[in-house]
Amino acid sequence: MTMTGTISRPARAPGAVASAGQVARRALLKYIRTPSLSIMSIVQSGMFLFSFRYVFGGAIHAGPTSYVDYLVPAYVATIVLFTGGGIAVAVAEDRAQGFTDRLLSLPVPRLSLVLGRVVADSSTNAWSILTTAALGFAFGFRLPGTGADALAAFGLCLVYAVVFTVVFIVMGLFAPNAQAAQGMSLIAFVFAFISSAYVPADSMPGWLQPFAKYQPITPMVNAVRALLTGSSSNVGLALAWCALLLLVATPLAVLRYRKA
Amino acid sequence: MTTTMGAATGSRRGPAPLLEATGLTVSFGNVTALDGLELTEPAGQVLAILGPNGAGKTTFVRTIATLLRPDRGELRVLGHDVVREAAQVRRDIGLAGQFAAVEPAMTGRENLDMTARLFGHGRRAARQAAAVILSQLGLDEVADRRCGTYSGGQRRRLDLGASLVGAPRLLLLDEPTTGLDPVGRREVWAAVRGLAAAGTGILLTTHYLEEADELADQIVVIDHGQVIASGTLSQLKASVGRDVIELSVADPALLDPAAGVLEQVISVRPRLDRAARRAHVPAAGGAAQLGAVISRLAGAAIPVEEIGLRRPTLDEVFLALTGQSGPSGTPADSYQPAGRSQP
Repeated sequence: MTMTGTISRPARAPGAVASAGQVARRALLKYIRTPSLSIMSIVQSGMFLFSFRYVFGGAIHAGPTSYVDYLVPAYVATIVLFTGGGIAVAVAEDRAQGFTDRLLSLPVPRLSLVLGRVVADSSTNAWSILTTAALGFAFGFRLPGTGADALAAFGLCLVYAVVFTVVFIVMGLFAPNAQAAQGMSLIAFVFAFISSAYVPADSMPGWLQPFAKYQPITPMVNAVRALLTGSSSNVGLALAWCALLLLVATPLAVLRYRKA
Repeated sequence: MTTTMGAATGSRRGPAPLLEATGLTVSFGNVTALDGLELTEPAGQVLAILGPNGAGKTTFVRTIATLLRPDRGELRVLGHDVVREAAQVRRDIGLAGQFAAVEPAMTGRENLDMTARLFGHGRRAARQAAAVILSQLGLDEVADRRCGTYSGGQRRRLDLGASLVGAPRLLLLDEPTTGLDPVGRREVWAAVRGLAAAGTGILLTTHYLEEADELADQIVVIDHGQVIASGTLSQLKASVGRDVIELSVADPALLDPAAGVLEQVISVRPRLDRAARRAHVPAAGGAAQLGAVISRLAGAAIPVEEIGLRRPTLDEVFLALTGQSGPSGTPADSYQPAGRSQP
C-alpha cells in the first residue's frame, strides 16, 4: 500500500468503539500479565472469608440462616469495594506517569477513555466475583434456591461491579497521586462494614442504624440475598442506587478526562 | 467538538505557520504560567524552547497539545485553533512528554500498534506503522520483548516512536532526554535528527543548552511566561553581541593580574574560574582588543597558557538574556567552556 519506510497519515480520527477497545485491551493485558494482581485478590478473599467464617462468625447472630450463607452472598456482592482501590491507583498512576497525557493528546473521543477502562475493569471484576463465589462454595456456602436464581444474583453483582468501577475511576482521576487514591478508596470500607453485609443492621447501636439502613450497600446486599431465594425484594431500590451513582460518576469521569 | 475540519485555514497563502500565539495566557489559580505570550514560527524546522525552571516551557507544550486551555489569547497550531479545532490539532501533533508513557506490560510492538490505532489507523496500517518505526528507531531486536525490560534509552525511544506512528506534522518533545545517561541521550538525539531530516516539524523544550545547540534551527527563550528572545543560534549569539576573549594561566597567582589587564583594556570586569585558572570577558572590539590585551600582557610580563577570541556559548547568551545562569544550573562563575578557544 505504501512505500517501505513511510507511514501514511490516518485518513480520519479513530471511532469511539475502536478507541475504547484499545484502551480496554491495554488495561486487560496489564492485568493478565501481572499475575500477582489476581493472585493477591484471591488470597485476600480467602483470608477474609476464613476470618469471618471461622473467627468472627461464631459470635455473629444473623437470624435463621447459617452465618456462611449470610456472609458469602454479601461478600461476593461487595467484592469490588475491596478490590476497587486497585482501579483508583491504576488510574492515578496513569496520570502521574504521563500515560493519560499521551491518550489525551491523541484524537480519541474522551468518552472512549472512560468506556475502555470500565469495560476492562468490569471484566477483571467479573473474574473476581467468579473466583470469590467459588471460594465461598469451598468454605461451605450452599445455594438456597435454583440455578436460575443464582444466575440472576450473579447478574446483579455484575451491575454493581460496573457501577463501582466508575466510582473508583472518578476517585483515581481526582486524587492528587496514587497514595492518595489508595487512601480515598478506603472510604469504601466504611460503606462495606457499616451495612447489613456482615452483621444485621439491627444489631448496631441506635445512632448508627440510620446510616447502616439507608446507605446504598445495604439494599444492594439485601437484593442479592433476595434474588438467591427467588424473591425480588430490594432489587428496585438497589438498581435505583446504581442508576444514581452512574448518573453522578460518569459525567464527572468524562469531564475530568476532558480537563485532566 | 469539531471532528472534521479541512486544512482550509491558512492554506491559501502558503503553509500555515507551525505556531502562532497571540496574547496567550494560561494561569493556575493565581500563578500565571504564560503571560500574554506572542510567537510566530514558520513551519518545517526544529524549534527549541529554553527557559529557567518555572518559565512556562511545559505549560506552553501542554497548551499546544490541547491538554490545557488558554485563559486568554489565542494559539494556532499549523493553522488550527487549539480550543475550537482541538480535534484537528490532536491529529497533527505527536507528544512525547517528560516520562516514558509506554505500557511496561506490553511489548514495544504492541505499544506502537495500540498508539497507531488510537491515532486512527486501521489494523493493517497500524501494524505497518509499528514495524516502520521500530526499525527506524533501531528497536527491531527488542520489538517483541515487554518494554518493562528496556533500558532507559530504549524506553524513551519507544515513547518517541509512539508519538510518531500517526505521522504527525508537529512533534512535541518535552525534555526528551531528562534523566538519561549520555549514551541514551545520544541515541535520542540521533533519532530526533533523523526525523528532522525527514521533514517533521519538531518543538522541544530542554534543560540542556547543549541539546538546543545540537538539535535546534531556531531557539525561543521564555522567561516569566513571555518570549524574551528568539532567533537562530548565531542570531542569538550575535544579539548578545560580542565575542568573548578568554585566557588561561599556568600559575594560579597570575590569574588576578591577567584579569586586571583584561579589565584595563575592555573596561568590563572579567569572570573568573579559579579552578581552571581561566578568565573571560565579552569584547565588543573583537580582534583589535585581543591584540591590545596580548601586547599589554607581554608588556607586563604575564605569561598566559592560552588566549583567544570565541563566540559566546549558549550558556553565556542565556545568562545575558535572563540574568540567570543556564537552565542546567551551572553557576556562571565556575562555567567550563565546552568549545576550544579559537586563535
